[in-house]
Amino acid sequence: MNKFFLLSLLVFFSQFSFTQEKAKIDLKYLFGDMRARHIGPALMSGRINDLENHPTNPRIIYAGTAGGGVWKSNDAGTTFNPIFDEYCQSIGAVSLDPNNPDKIIYVGTGETWTRNSVSIGDGLYKSSDGGNNWKRIGFEKSERISNIIINPNNSNEIYLGVLGALWSDSQERGVYKSIDGGVSWKKILYVNESTGCADLAIDPENPMVIYASMWEHRRTAWSFESGGENSALYKSNDGGESWKKIHNGFPEGSLGRLAISVAPSKTNILYTVIEAENDSEKGLYRSEDYGESWNQLNNDFEITVRPFYFSKIVVDPKDPDVVVKAGLYGSISRDGGKTFKNLGNMHADIHDILFDISDSDRMYFGTDGGVYRSWNGGVTCEITENLPLSQFYHISVDDEEPYNVYGGLQDNGSWYGPSSAIGGVRARHWKSIGPGDGFRVLKHPKKNIIYSEMQGAENVWRFDVEKNLIKTIQPLPEKGYPKLRFNWNTPMEISSFYPDRFYIGSQFLHKSEDMGDTWQIISPDLTTNDPTKQLQEDSGGLSADNSGAENHTTIFTVDESPLDPNIIWIGTDDGNIQLSRNGGKKWKDVTPKNKNLPKNTWVYHIESSHHNPGVAYAVFDGHTSGDMTPYAYKTNDYGKTWKNIIDKNEVTGFVRNIQEDYVNPNLLFLGTELGLYITVDGGSKWTRFTNNMPPVAVHFIDLQKKTNDLVLGTHGRGVIIIDDISPLREIDLNTLNKKLHFFESKKTVMIDKSDFIGSFGGETRFVGESSSSSAKIKYLLPKRHTFGKMTLEIKDFQGKLITSLSPGKSKGINIVDWGFTIRQPKVAKGKTLSRGGFTSPRVKEGIYSVIIKKGKDIFENKIELKYDSITGLSKVEREKKHSITMKLYDMTQELAYLVYELDLIISQLPLKSKVLKSLQELKETLVITKGDNYVGSVESQLREKMADLYSKVAESWDVPSNSELKNYEIIKKSFEEAKMTFKKLKSKVKIKDFKIDSYEKFLLK
Amino acid sequence: MKNSIKILFILLVFAFNSYSQSVDEIFENYYENTGGIDKWRKLKGVKMSAKLSQQGMEIPIELIQMKGGKSMQIINFQGQSIKAQVFDGEVSWGINMMSQQPEKSDKETTDNLKLENNDFPDSFMDYKSKGYKAELIGKETFDGTETFKIKLTKEPKTIDGNKEDDITFYFFDTENYVPIAIQTQLSQGPSKGMTMEITMSDYQEVEGLYFPFSQTQGIKDQPSIPLIIDSIELNPIIDDIEFKFPEN
Repeated sequence: MNKFFLLSLLVFFSQFSFTQEKAKIDLKYLFGDMRARHIGPALMSGRINDLENHPTNPRIIYAGTAGGGVWKSNDAGTTFNPIFDEYCQSIGAVSLDPNNPDKIIYVGTGETWTRNSVSIGDGLYKSSDGGNNWKRIGFEKSERISNIIINPNNSNEIYLGVLGALWSDSQERGVYKSIDGGVSWKKILYVNESTGCADLAIDPENPMVIYASMWEHRRTAWSFESGGENSALYKSNDGGESWKKIHNGFPEGSLGRLAISVAPSKTNILYTVIEAENDSEKGLYRSEDYGESWNQLNNDFEITVRPFYFSKIVVDPKDPDVVVKAGLYGSISRDGGKTFKNLGNMHADIHDILFDISDSDRMYFGTDGGVYRSWNGGVTCEITENLPLSQFYHISVDDEEPYNVYGGLQDNGSWYGPSSAIGGVRARHWKSIGPGDGFRVLKHPKKNIIYSEMQGAENVWRFDVEKNLIKTIQPLPEKGYPKLRFNWNTPMEISSFYPDRFYIGSQFLHKSEDMGDTWQIISPDLTTNDPTKQLQEDSGGLSADNSGAENHTTIFTVDESPLDPNIIWIGTDDGNIQLSRNGGKKWKDVTPKNKNLPKNTWVYHIESSHHNPGVAYAVFDGHTSGDMTPYAYKTNDYGKTWKNIIDKNEVTGFVRNIQEDYVNPNLLFLGTELGLYITVDGGSKWTRFTNNMPPVAVHFIDLQKKTNDLVLGTHGRGVIIIDDISPLREIDLNTLNKKLHFFESKKTVMIDKSDFIGSFGGETRFVGESSSSSAKIKYLLPKRHTFGKMTLEIKDFQGKLITSLSPGKSKGINIVDWGFTIRQPKVAKGKTLSRGGFTSPRVKEGIYSVIIKKGKDIFENKIELKYDSITGLSKVEREKKHSITMKLYDMTQELAYLVYELDLIISQLPLKSKVLKSLQELKETLVITKGDNYVGSVESQLREKMADLYSKVAESWDVPSNSELKNYEIIKKSFEEAKMTFKKLKSKVKIKDFKIDSYEKFLLK
Repeated sequence: MKNSIKILFILLVFAFNSYSQSVDEIFENYYENTGGIDKWRKLKGVKMSAKLSQQGMEIPIELIQMKGGKSMQIINFQGQSIKAQVFDGEVSWGINMMSQQPEKSDKETTDNLKLENNDFPDSFMDYKSKGYKAELIGKETFDGTETFKIKLTKEPKTIDGNKEDDITFYFFDTENYVPIAIQTQLSQGPSKGMTMEITMSDYQEVEGLYFPFSQTQGIKDQPSIPLIIDSIELNPIIDDIEFKFPEN
């Protein structure tokens, strides 16, 4: 006997378990009917980077947005539709081929207004079919693309301005040229690894002439540097073969971000906006000799303000002396740039301006708060109301039904609104809860109090919702402590154990037990306190820029364990994780020492487990030092050791957030700069979620406990919700091997709440999608059902068929909605349609069987329906309502059959028959035989009266009223009489071989 | 030795199948797997009885499509049979629900419908001789299933006075070569630019030809409306007068 027998068996088994463990679950094919819905809001919209028009059709406008993709309008900005939802949502430039504008579109990704919260791009894309299909054609490492210019005389010739990496050196920047429609590219202007192309222009009359603004700049987490000796304005006269600096008339010394624009109607006239060393020399410069010499015209505030954010100048296509400058408010000159006046009221921070091609008084503006349109040359401006581009930094949810979503936005304050509303979530549903830049917004767990904040905790508000009382409660400087350093995005946390306990992080952790009235510092400085990262006053480079956005060496995330209030985790922007296990008395630095994680990498979020107090997750974000690697770590031992849970080949984009499921600890959700990722096996395999979910930056994730809805705060597409993620909890190798697996379903309440929608304005305003309140039948299919019959029936406890539904056929998760109704009653045939006949009655509460037949296989499951307790109706009252509803339902169908029989007899009687007239008279009392469905309608007959009462009773939440019951008796009596009359008349009729369908057969038809 | 040659051969066939599929082969396979191209060519028309489900309402409808372009959509409601949309190859019309009287469709709609007169039983049959262009875009996952995505470009339609490309995308299941989804961009109205999507399943045989007996229709990524087909009649005999606009 082979003595290695046992050993080989062991090896065999170990291999077996090894392969089992390694069998990763790829959710890509399994998401099926799980779908994201977008609730906006759009009322404050979001930042726009680039506006583009069609060269011949003034109604077609494109908006390239900072974080929400590319949107196209076919109606001059009245409505927009997204056309780039499957790709990177941060957009630098959009351009149409002037010779084939309906087909060829280029999108350069990566926003170019380089604020602290700016996102990243991932290359240049081209569509050859008007935006249906896109292909990436290079520049994966470009980070941000500033301009795409297509030679109007030759579509194959393209110039590309690449601004490049913001937080690191990179060589993929400068000016590039393609002569084969984007297939191959040649770098035609490059300065160095820290200088990129900020703006590019060509002479439309002589496309061999190109102007390029090169900008030396660098951002770190704690500082920004604009300008240097490498910034310059270049010109080429030979299509980019050779370049020269055109600085005749420019200020001496270092330069910053320059804008360049050629007047399309007179191409010798050029404008540039210069960021220079001396304030007096900054401003607008004009050339009248193709850039050979320049004169300074103006250095007003609006011209020189924050060049990294506003260095853009646009010339009216018809008038070389009308110039518009982007800026805090934006300004317009009508005297060739000598003097300016501000643009009309609109959202501050204007980044791009577009003139209508046929009428320069019609203008569009891209702002931090969406697209604005003016009809009168920028005097008054209106916002376009259906661009849901809101940029959330943070979101949270409460426990209301439907629950509310709270959150703060880039430059657009703090808001809360319902996750779902009858008729959709509209602008009017959202309530303001703070100005400025908004971040954390938290609802007090017991009281009607909301906390919100603005940048750098300059204000933290406690708002009493009922009394409308606002109080500021931010921690103030304390004796014996140094100056407090708050992050731009200051962390706030409410205890899950003591509802009045409230935490805020500066470099210290502050705790309040009385909702922010009294603060106590409960930690030492938990950061590295590195003084070289605290010089924000020097930030900005040539233009000082100390907005607070660069505050560093601060606490960025605070997490009190949901299992133990003494366990507090904090993470800092300079890479520390610190843990206290005794409510802040003692702190321990538990920063991971893993070799793949660079030192001082920003701790973006810590999530302590809901299953085990020693378990926590931490995500790190290195993008502010140019490191785009996704990092997510897990500890099982209070931070002693950390394990990487990401395969960086599976996840794209640096990580901002992680959420653990409350039920299945292996189910995790990851928010990255390029979308949402999900794992069902603790991180062995991550899959990007794609059903109606663009790869938008996901800044924060919350999981609503009652509904199991995953709520995402995105930075560019507002709040996105994936309803009820509970099916994901059950996906494992076992369920995947079943022929059909029913997912667990909770009792469904048949909601009685209703509302008046008041749908005015919905034509042009964004309306967020609401969740469905139907019962959900959820199951997993191992393979799509394509051939053969598949049915889904609902039966009651006696096995009686209630209704048939259309089953889902997708591989993976299927979700079938049932609105708890049986089909509408069969209504008697008349000349017109009876309005009451459109109502489908609800079933009674109880347990129902779901039977799916697929080929020869039968699968059965149960679902339970409950009445809505909000009505306060007793069981007896519910029974009464149901009974009367169904009596009227049956009566309606019986009347239908009676009229059917009556019509059949009438059609077969000879015209001379005496009974015919009486039968016709009877019919005229039963159904309408004249008129139409609108204002030509005639007096209601029995059918209408019966069906109207039926729908009134069926649709009401309440037990039938006395007047309804009286009305019921009248109708019942009339019907009895009609039946008697018909019986009498029928006895007088003799028709040979009279054939009629049975009642049952008639109902089925 | 023999076996390994056999395996090599099988591998080659697979390699051929999975990498060098042409559009024409996909269409050929589809016809082959659903009854044969000859049978499809002989088909003169279909009449489908179906149910539409929407918000708890169950609406029986009949769909008639004839070779040459004649078509009819009938809604059966409260004992009434309402011709919602009819086309006789020349005139498109339907019953107005308010007045209950027939009304003609606008000229553009009618002209665009006429372009489809040669699209029975489907647009991609004999697409070359019709001057259409079909192109394999690549493989795409649809409903968790691997599909061939094919782009079919027909003759341009006229939308609001402008000529616009008429493009449809078909998703053929790579396993059995039947389309499981069709997408097309909405070319007009406020949703212009959004993608209309039809999904198909429950393929079943009717006198030797396979039809999808279950469909859903809607805007891509939005809730859709299911359509269940109860029966399909091949080569129905329908009087021409039924398709004609009732003049009085």
